[in-house]
Amino acid sequence: MQKVYTKIESIVGNVVTVRAEDVRLGDLALVGDSYATVIKLDNDIVSLQVFAGAQGVGTRDTIRFLGRPMMVSFSENLLGRIFDGTGVPRDGRPALTENMIEIGGPSFNPSKRIMPKNMIRTGIPMIDVFNTLVESQKLPIFSISGEPYNALLSRIALQAEVDVIILGGMGLKYDDYLTFRDTLEKGGAMSHTVMFVHTASDPIVECTLVPDMSLAVAEQFALQGKKVLVLLTDMTNYADALKEMAITMEQVPSNRGYPGDLYSNLAARYEKAVDIEGAGSITVLGVTTMPGDDVTHPVPDNTGYITEGQYYLKDGHIEPFGSLSRLKQNVNGKTRNDHRALMDGMIRLYSQYKEALEKKSMGFLMSDWDMKLLKYGELFESGLMDLSVNIPLEDALDLGWKILADCFEPNETGLKTDLLKERWPDKTAVM
Amino acid sequence: MENVMGRVTGINGNLAKVAFDGAVHKNEVGYILVDSKRLKGEVIRINNGIASMQIYEMSNGIKVGDPVEFTGELMSVELGPGLLTQVFDGLQNPLPNLAEQCGFFLERGVYLDPIPDRNWDFTPSVEAGDPVEAGSSVGYVPEGIFRHEIFVPFTLKGEWTVKSIKAAGSYHVRETICVIENARGDEKELSMVITQPIKQPIKCYAERLMPDEPLITQLRCIDSFLPVAKGGTFCVPGPFGAGKTVLQHMEAKNSEADVVIIAACGERAGEVVEVLKEFPELDDPKTGRSLMERTIIICNTSSMPVAAREASCYTAVTLAEYYRQMGLHVLLLADSTSRWAQAMREMSGRLEEIPGEEAFPAYLESTIASFYERAGKVRLNNGKIASVTIGGTVSPAGGNFEEPVTQATLKVVGAFHGLSRERSDARKYPSIHPMDSWSKYTGVVDMELVEKARAVLRRGNEVNQMMKVVGEEGTSDEDYITYQKGELLDAVYLQQNSFDPVDAACSPERQKLEFACLYEALMASYSFRDKKEIRAFFNSLRQEFLDWHGDLFGTPEYEARQNKIKELYMSGIKEA
Repeated sequence: MQKVYTKIESIVGNVVTVRAEDVRLGDLALVGDSYATVIKLDNDIVSLQVFAGAQGVGTRDTIRFLGRPMMVSFSENLLGRIFDGTGVPRDGRPALTENMIEIGGPSFNPSKRIMPKNMIRTGIPMIDVFNTLVESQKLPIFSISGEPYNALLSRIALQAEVDVIILGGMGLKYDDYLTFRDTLEKGGAMSHTVMFVHTASDPIVECTLVPDMSLAVAEQFALQGKKVLVLLTDMTNYADALKEMAITMEQVPSNRGYPGDLYSNLAARYEKAVDIEGAGSITVLGVTTMPGDDVTHPVPDNTGYITEGQYYLKDGHIEPFGSLSRLKQNVNGKTRNDHRALMDGMIRLYSQYKEALEKKSMGFLMSDWDMKLLKYGELFESGLMDLSVNIPLEDALDLGWKILADCFEPNETGLKTDLLKERWPDKTAVM
Repeated sequence: MENVMGRVTGINGNLAKVAFDGAVHKNEVGYILVDSKRLKGEVIRINNGIASMQIYEMSNGIKVGDPVEFTGELMSVELGPGLLTQVFDGLQNPLPNLAEQCGFFLERGVYLDPIPDRNWDFTPSVEAGDPVEAGSSVGYVPEGIFRHEIFVPFTLKGEWTVKSIKAAGSYHVRETICVIENARGDEKELSMVITQPIKQPIKCYAERLMPDEPLITQLRCIDSFLPVAKGGTFCVPGPFGAGKTVLQHMEAKNSEADVVIIAACGERAGEVVEVLKEFPELDDPKTGRSLMERTIIICNTSSMPVAAREASCYTAVTLAEYYRQMGLHVLLLADSTSRWAQAMREMSGRLEEIPGEEAFPAYLESTIASFYERAGKVRLNNGKIASVTIGGTVSPAGGNFEEPVTQATLKVVGAFHGLSRERSDARKYPSIHPMDSWSKYTGVVDMELVEKARAVLRRGNEVNQMMKVVGEEGTSDEDYITYQKGELLDAVYLQQNSFDPVDAACSPERQKLEFACLYEALMASYSFRDKKEIRAFFNSLRQEFLDWHGDLFGTPEYEARQNKIKELYMSGIKEA
């Protein structure tokens, strides 16, 4: 019953319209040989968004409606494979067509969620100690262009103890894509990784499909009881693709040209992060590049309202201020008894170091205490903040005590006496 | 009434255009029939014989020609016993029941009965022949700790008399318990469940009163400095990460309201889960029963369909008004009204209306105003005083309070609790900015003294700014003392540790006592040799106050500490 239409009425941007009947919203169609999806119906006028872009589409091209929405194949065979935004293999291996599932499915029932309670260890002290990543958390890395966010992302992917890694690349530079692939292959993680990659030169519509493809697959793995880590880089490109499509469709822009439903669109994706009662979980780690390091830009701003904290990557390290993991309280009480106190204490001292640094640059008198803080700040930055440091949580905590002991007297740290007695490296120093 | 039918002629996102035969009303509910599923929608515009419907579900799969069924009824909720403790979505669908039926995901087109299917012990309070009207009570059932009144529907017009009423006993919630008739001989059967359109305020009360009684939240910073009144309104704008939701949860836990309704509107699902898992374990400070027994959660999280988000705030406020009719004090916490406004913006865009500022519709302000105006303290027809208090969070883009939603909200609320990123970065919680925020209500301590204390805070802040330029060494001892006083007030009174079991909730009596004590310490004039001594003095004073917050109110330790604090600040004066 597949009917072929050959009279395209209009072609504007990536949208073509055709007169057709019995077409459902969201259905897939073939315009020539590229896929398109139905985005609007008005009587018999059907508007189609062409994935590959409408370049070269002619008014006499054939349109075939497939009578089904956008789908992706799901099976164990996905592992180790690389696809583009529409699910076409990028790795030269055969396409998968078995067990097709819909993408962009319904939202998870909140009453079936459970409180996140497992820590994901990354070996990065700024994450493990100070802003612990928690299973089922949704967390973006706020960064500016040029920061090593993709390197950080692949390092977390390699070191995190998860069953499946799904990488959704949006607007990636081709060499970034190759770096990701090689890093994961070298690290031996490729066998449990699925990649959906849209590179900067690919059609813009495909970019907006990447998160949905990645998360639909992640959801299926999670329902099977797998711990899934989804990496999305870069969500700003995704938002920009939405903006481009909205503007060409003459939608009223809301803020700096972004469509009014940017928040809902981002939220629908990030909210797929879930810990399922009696099954697996999805953790979403995204990258949001901030144009001009401006956190009030619509993309990071809307993202911040959706996600459970953020890692703020600046000058090559994760900033202690500005970074936040909202779920850390759920887990850091159970790791080691000194974790919370040490975390708070060290950050407090670090902020005093920043003040001392400011004082120094203003040319005020430096007291003994200021000198101690300056020494502490340096040790803290090189020992714990440097991204190349790779130690387990326990060692990082021990290192923290050592740094404190190198710089301060026990009673200067503001930590409770019984904790100092237990953990201070030189026991004789604690009365 | 015969159902009007229609056909879909166009669809764009969640806006469907429908051609129809017969009469269709604006804001009436219709169902689009897709693949044997009925998708709920609301008529929001009728133009040239075509009705535009916003669909409360995902609209994928709808095609031109799909049949539409109009109900002739406005978007409504069902009100009856058993609403408390429940978790609904924006359309009053009970989520746990939905999960039982549909599994992990929210399947569209499934609408379940919001009122639990069970029997209640009914006691009549009228007899045959008694006159009744809209909002009259015909009897009551015990719902948890409350006497749940059974009302004549609030939308009923004219005067009616009771024709028959069931004797006391156990009846099913949907069973007819009362029949009323009017002068024309029309009869109406009443069960324990009534329906109420969500956009129509319930106005069956004698008069609206001034909100002049504080609503205790047990947060020092609010009750003493920025009070909220029963029947008043307040808003909490703040950038992300400033602690809006934590603050609302604190208010939900510790406020002295009878019923708390939490509307999680377009926010994270995880936060609702926290409430869901935590509240049943906690005790109501007023009754000692589980907190959940006084709570209703309306949860339309950010990933759920946008149109239903718009409805969720109205659903919540209608439930609040319903419990107010029973003589209760209800607190409605909406998190966040910005998401609600954004839902309006999305719809307005699809309707191709002329956009206002930041593409919000021109009617944004009037819609926000009429929502907050549904709060109020009232004297009911039976003389009881009851109230609905509305507190809404606002999530301004970029943390900039100049944006339309914050500004429209500020025009209509009675208290403004602005959260500041600076304070939350410095881990000063609750991060309500003490100087920028304001309240028009009266709090638990003498407002004149509060103003004086606030002046100390302001002056201390000025000195602090100055000190950043001239350094500590360039500041006079007197100014330095003022600065320390301001810091002391901030650290020991405005800040409160929500994780500490004792400090998390501070009763009004305790607030009065501690404020008086702190006030004396703030107003005293001290004299010290140098800044080092000043710093040491205030550090120890702060430490004592902080430890005091950990002592249980009224215990000997508490009093001992109070005396110790007094001695301490007296010692500072003596040296003068």
